Amino acid sequence: MSNQADTIGLFDRAILIRATGDAVLKLNPRQLIRNPVIFTTEIIALLVTVVGVHEVVIGQAAAFSLVIAIWLWITVLFATFAEAVAEGRGRVRADALRRARSDTMAKLILDPRDRTLFKPTPAPELHKDDLVLVETGDIIPSDGEIIEGIASVNESAITGESAPVIREAGGDRSAVTGGTQVVSDFLVIRITAEPGSTFLDRMIALVEGAERRKTPNEIALDILLAGLTLIFVIAVATLPGFAAYSHTHLSIAVLAALFVCLIPTTIGGLLSAIGIAGMDRLIRFNVVATSGRAVEAAGDVDALLLDKTGTITFGNRMASAIYPVPGVDERLLAEAAAFASLGDETPEGRSIVTLMRDRYQIETKLPTNATLVPFSANTRVSGIDSGGRSWRKGAVDSVLKLAGGIPPAAFTEAVSRIARAGSTPLALAVDGQLLGAIELKDIVKPGIKERFADLRRMGIRTIMVTGDNRITAAAIAAEAGVDDVIAEATPQDKLGYIRKAQEEGRLVAMCGDGTNDAPALAQADVGVAMQTGTQAAREAGNMVDLDSDPTKLIEIVEIGKQLLITRGALTTFSIANDISKYFAILPAIFVATYPGLQALNVMGLTSPRSAILSAVIFNALIIVVLVPLALRGVKFRAVGAAALLRRNLLVYGLGGIVAPFVGIKAIDMILTAFHIFT
Amino acid sequence: MTTYGILYIGLALILVLGSAFPLGAYMARLFEGKIRLLAPVETGIYRICGIDPARQMGWASYAIALLMLSVVHFGLLYAILRLQYYLPFNPQHIAGMAPMLAFNTAASFTTNTNWQAYAPESMISNGAQMFGLVVHMFISAAAGIAVAAALMRAFVSGGLKTLGNVYVDIVRITLYLLLPVALVAAVVLLIAGIPMTFDAFPTVHTLAGGTQTIGRGPLALQEAIKELGTNGGGFFNANSSHPFENPNALTNLFEIWLLLVIGFALPIAFGHMVGRKREGIALFAAMALILGLAMVGDYAAEAANNPILVHAGVMAKPGNMVGKEMRFGIAQSTTFNTAATGTSTGAVNSVTDSYTPLGGLIPMFLMQLDEVAPGGVGSGLYGMVLFALLAVFVAGLMVGRTPEYLGKKVQSREIKLAMLAVLIQTMFILAGAGFSLLTKSGLGSLDNAGPHGLTEMLYGWTSATENNGSAFAGLSANTPLLDYGLGLAMLFGRFAVLIPVLAIAGSLALKPKLPQSTGTFPTDGPLFVGLLIGVIIILGGLQFMPADTLGPLAEHYLMLAGKTF
Repeated sequence: MSNQADTIGLFDRAILIRATGDAVLKLNPRQLIRNPVIFTTEIIALLVTVVGVHEVVIGQAAAFSLVIAIWLWITVLFATFAEAVAEGRGRVRADALRRARSDTMAKLILDPRDRTLFKPTPAPELHKDDLVLVETGDIIPSDGEIIEGIASVNESAITGESAPVIREAGGDRSAVTGGTQVVSDFLVIRITAEPGSTFLDRMIALVEGAERRKTPNEIALDILLAGLTLIFVIAVATLPGFAAYSHTHLSIAVLAALFVCLIPTTIGGLLSAIGIAGMDRLIRFNVVATSGRAVEAAGDVDALLLDKTGTITFGNRMASAIYPVPGVDERLLAEAAAFASLGDETPEGRSIVTLMRDRYQIETKLPTNATLVPFSANTRVSGIDSGGRSWRKGAVDSVLKLAGGIPPAAFTEAVSRIARAGSTPLALAVDGQLLGAIELKDIVKPGIKERFADLRRMGIRTIMVTGDNRITAAAIAAEAGVDDVIAEATPQDKLGYIRKAQEEGRLVAMCGDGTNDAPALAQADVGVAMQTGTQAAREAGNMVDLDSDPTKLIEIVEIGKQLLITRGALTTFSIANDISKYFAILPAIFVATYPGLQALNVMGLTSPRSAILSAVIFNALIIVVLVPLALRGVKFRAVGAAALLRRNLLVYGLGGIVAPFVGIKAIDMILTAFHIFT
Repeated sequence: MTTYGILYIGLALILVLGSAFPLGAYMARLFEGKIRLLAPVETGIYRICGIDPARQMGWASYAIALLMLSVVHFGLLYAILRLQYYLPFNPQHIAGMAPMLAFNTAASFTTNTNWQAYAPESMISNGAQMFGLVVHMFISAAAGIAVAAALMRAFVSGGLKTLGNVYVDIVRITLYLLLPVALVAAVVLLIAGIPMTFDAFPTVHTLAGGTQTIGRGPLALQEAIKELGTNGGGFFNANSSHPFENPNALTNLFEIWLLLVIGFALPIAFGHMVGRKREGIALFAAMALILGLAMVGDYAAEAANNPILVHAGVMAKPGNMVGKEMRFGIAQSTTFNTAATGTSTGAVNSVTDSYTPLGGLIPMFLMQLDEVAPGGVGSGLYGMVLFALLAVFVAGLMVGRTPEYLGKKVQSREIKLAMLAVLIQTMFILAGAGFSLLTKSGLGSLDNAGPHGLTEMLYGWTSATENNGSAFAGLSANTPLLDYGLGLAMLFGRFAVLIPVLAIAGSLALKPKLPQSTGTFPTDGPLFVGLLIGVIIILGGLQFMPADTLGPLAEHYLMLAGKTF
């Protein structure tokens, strides 16, 4: 992967400077109200500030209230800073994308029949169904469908990949994206997007987080956090009643400190940063998700529909063995096979030549007088005519028809053995004489079996989709270790399979590029369209892979899971933190009334005021300490849920209980060393 | 602590936990409608009451029907209490109850709380006890179990629109569970020496030459359902410390068994219903661990020396015997009281007010944990499931999937409702007690000053809100503030949990049931049990820490410093 965002470090200086400014701007209550926990903290900070200032005005010893107020403001600032840093990297990416969009002049075709007649028009004024001409060196002004021409297009502005790709009218390579550049030839494009809603516009909005809406899980988590906040409002607001009965006076600053320490400020402050960082991770993987909801769904997916070709296998079948008929020398067959394939520029054809050279040291050259016989759907054979002789290779039944007669039993058996193994048999005849069979094997990508085993451990089933017949499909499936196969698959089969799996309560992810994949892409819970795919496919899916690499589906699932794990880990950590804060603050505020409660000061904090301040400082600092974790995400391991839970519960649950005891004690020791509130 | 004491706790728990398994299996069959031994009786009841047993109810209809039933029962009980003077079976000619006390008592028995702001012997007739209170002890218990059954059904499969029929559930639970067990238990208690009569209280001449009126009534049956239905409303003010309610060690053990057994059988029934027994056992284990720890802790607190009494030379042998019956001793008393506060029974066989501060804190904390170990019949299970949903929601994300419990996604609606339930309980306890302590009337109700008085008030509001009904004693609760305040606390503590629970059940029932895989958050192992207990303590209990610190904890350290109140 190569793109500019990759080179931006987690804490780039420019991003940090900009984020610091943004953090202050985000204090605006109207913006902050989206985050109930931090909004509440801001109100409390304001209240304590007013109390502190009032105390100064009337001449009371006010330092403590003001110091608490300052730290409460710092708590709020750290939370807004976390969000600003998370947004920062997206901003840098968005700026780069914006440069690709600006100042393009389009050649608007006035008469559909004559593409030479056009009017220069600014790109933002193009509308759906307008026709434009794009020639060598031109920037494609907007998203569109090629209706005429073939050209190579540099899409690095979007994908970061500098090697140009071929785009042509018709078929599955007909979509072009605004902001990319034609580097050779010309195209006539029908615009498919209204101004402001092109792929580039959407991508800018996404990486900037402007369109960020809370995902369902974030909303639920917000409700939990708001509920907890309310519970502690009750617990702290009723405390003066109990305290008055006990002849204890509790100042506003002390109550505010207790309250802010108990409410889940840590996760409240980091929640949106985690979500933005999750989207950002996906973008750095060159995958654009149209919503955060899709990323969340990716974590939930429990069935992956994977196209065999290109995902599980290399996509092109390669020659792996030859089987001569009885009486034919193996070398003779090899020579004939190599010669017959000389004119065949398909990967299969080239693989035959390569195999013969590597295994039989056969070097052949195309004679000058040879006539190439290209493959046709009618004859289903290809070959060479040279010197009055003919070499033909192709589908077994077609070659047999050419050869005539009944093939030897050994040949028939070899052919069926090849098919049973999941490979494709080709037959070879010279001058109508059957020489033998060539095995074309679908090569399974190395390491893919292990990935599938990882997925199985994570509880995700893999389903291979292929147009091959059942026998071939089953053999490849066994070799790759998938859980299920859809053989002889039509787009309708895919859709049906997804519907059925969803009825069983499964969440399905798939990727596709063709227009006929669109219904299945739309039906799937996570539909990843390839950037090289058609416009219809790209609109049906909820993610677009800019690298057009179908294997990436697996990484997308892992990124989704990582996002959820990070969110869960920090929630657990934040809530587990509360235990220590009771031990820090409760003895501190009541020890004057009941000296015996000093026994609850298990951390041995120096004084009541240093104890309260230490808890408040810890509560603020922990947010900024956890920002890197929130942005990078908790490391994901492909193990089962039980093992994952055991580990994370130990680290973030138990760690969440223990860490603040250590942290608060350390801060108290520092305060004591400097004689602050001791 | 003595070996005997620990063995006693062990024995009580083994008896309960052992019998919970077969009873749970039976109850699952009962909830599934497979137990129809008395089908003709059932049909008769349905015909008389005009119930269509085939009608299936959605969560809202289920909740409304249950609410209407409670309103009618509340009204009837209120009328009986007010009019008891004119009603039969009133040999002592006890006058009608005052309106505020009748409100409090009707609320108390409709909500399965059995908070008794009245003195039973002198303020309520035998007839009102039997036909007012005891009837409610059956109905309110059956209603709680019915809601638990409805919630269980929500997890059985996907796309369910209905949760059952509340009337049928209540009739069957009464007919096939509460009545038969209570009747057998009543006979056992009768044989063990508990009276059962409608006759007037006899007046006897004592050996010292004076006269004494001896209270008696239809005790054996009331005692049986009082424990079995986790009600706790005693015939006598002294409750289970009275020799007629709990004459000996054997009845004490039997009563502990009665009050715990349904509570522990419910998670087992849950496991059977959802087809994964281990899931039920996990909830069961969490309940058992919390209760077991509380029992041992409470026993340890009471078995330890009270330094003040030892110093004064009052206490001859170790352990705090103050407020305990000599025939039970420490272990039998603390085990009974923790069992009665761990369930929402609230019966007592000793006076919690006279426990050491920590000995009193533990029963109160059990209630503050929202009564889930094992809690009231039905309410304990559904409270536990609420916590399981919250636990799964908080930590479930850590396996990389959005949270699900038993194949049902836990989403914002469920979290909203579960938090609402926790919130309302917290509010009534803390706001109620905190406010009462600021009023003159509230302060006037306290027997003691200092943190002990604070505990008395906090305990009262906790007990009422959590529908326990246990009295700390030392709180004069028959005042307008507490009669009305605690009455409302009981009603909200019951229905503001029960209705959200049914709403959650309705929402979960509709959701598809997701298949289980190795990627699913495991909720049936020791890890989840530990997590669940952690969540119960952090989300359900810690918000009471500040108040508890000013009450029992402060008193504990004062006691260590030699100060009393």
